[in-house]
Amino acid sequence: MADNITLTIDGHPVSADPSQTVLDAARSAGVAIPTLCHHKDLLPYGGCRLCLVELRQGKRSQLVASCGYYAKAGLEVHTRSPRVLRARKLVLEVLLALMPYSEEIRRLAHENEVTETRYQRTMHYCVLCGLCVRYCDEVKHTNCIGFVGRGVERNVAWVPPDRYDQTCRTCFECMSLCPTGVFPSNFGLAEV
Amino acid sequence: MPEATEELCSLDRIDRIIDRYGGQRSALIQVLLDIQKEDKWLAEESLRHVASRLNVPLPQVYQVATFYKAFSLARRGRHLITVCMGTACHVRGSPRLFDRVSQKLGVGPGKTTHDGRFSLLTVNCMGCCALGPVLAIDEDYHSNPSAADLGRILSQYE
Ligand code: FES
Ligand code: FES
Repeated sequence: MADNITLTIDGHPVSADPSQTVLDAARSAGVAIPTLCHHKDLLPYGGCRLCLVELRQGKRSQLVASCGYYAKAGLEVHTRSPRVLRARKLVLEVLLALMPYSEEIRRLAHENEVTETRYQRTMHYCVLCGLCVRYCDEVKHTNCIGFVGRGVERNVAWVPPDRYDQTCRTCFECMSLCPTGVFPSNFGLAEV
Repeated sequence: MPEATEELCSLDRIDRIIDRYGGQRSALIQVLLDIQKEDKWLAEESLRHVASRLNVPLPQVYQVATFYKAFSLARRGRHLITVCMGTACHVRGSPRLFDRVSQKLGVGPGKTTHDGRFSLLTVNCMGCCALGPVLAIDEDYHSNPSAADLGRILSQYE
């Protein structure tokens, strides 16, 4: 195990292991950062950008996804600066517009004082956070589902479609990860 | 029913393609491109074989195959006809050209003729706007062919 390093988070020195991400370091120091696509058992993905934090170095400032940025000695991290709050609000507004009925997204929005969205609300069934796909691959090693298509047509699907019958019937673990709440109910499996 | 399977890369041929790249999983895209080039499309059977040979999960093979426009998961004809719908060609009348071709072939965009000779696609700019409206058959470019030209040109393809 490498020696611990010290970085500052919101002005307080925090000691962390260099194998930790900024997100982990912040959370273990009791600093809350909202996340959507992050999962403790999965590799960093950086898909939702909800976990953005600001890194400052002299006059330079940079927004990075804290779930995929590793702790370094001397980092100056800000998790509640105006720039971060603006970016976070924007991400939440987009999510809210995509999935206005998702309880998890509404909770996240509420916690971050986002009540309205300037974008047109639509009904999406998936925000492409990839939690289910990555869980199926990285944790279960079953690879029943995957992303197909590109751009606005990108979607999560069973590949091949009959994988659903063969393997998923006894698992369904990915369903509880879905932030939209749609994936499970969509297939009438929520109560199984 | 057109017989499609006989034209497909046999699994041996796919094996040979994979061996050319030393069976490396990082060669996935190259392997798919080579199969696409020979078959003009990627059949499910081919994708399954690639997945098992390269030891890449099938969904990840599909993820790549459905991401790039260079790949087709639908059966394609022996020749690819692309009509440019880019801005320059559009203002120079490509919609009318497209209708002519489509009528002649009896198929719409993205479709393949029953005899398996041609597939009809649209693209957005082929980089030769001065020829617009442009139509390409495989690698040959034609500038605004009339209905009569089309008949003559198409008859040259098997
Ligand atoms: S939690 Fe970091 S990008 Fe989604
Ligand atoms: S717009 Fe057709 S070639 Fe450029």
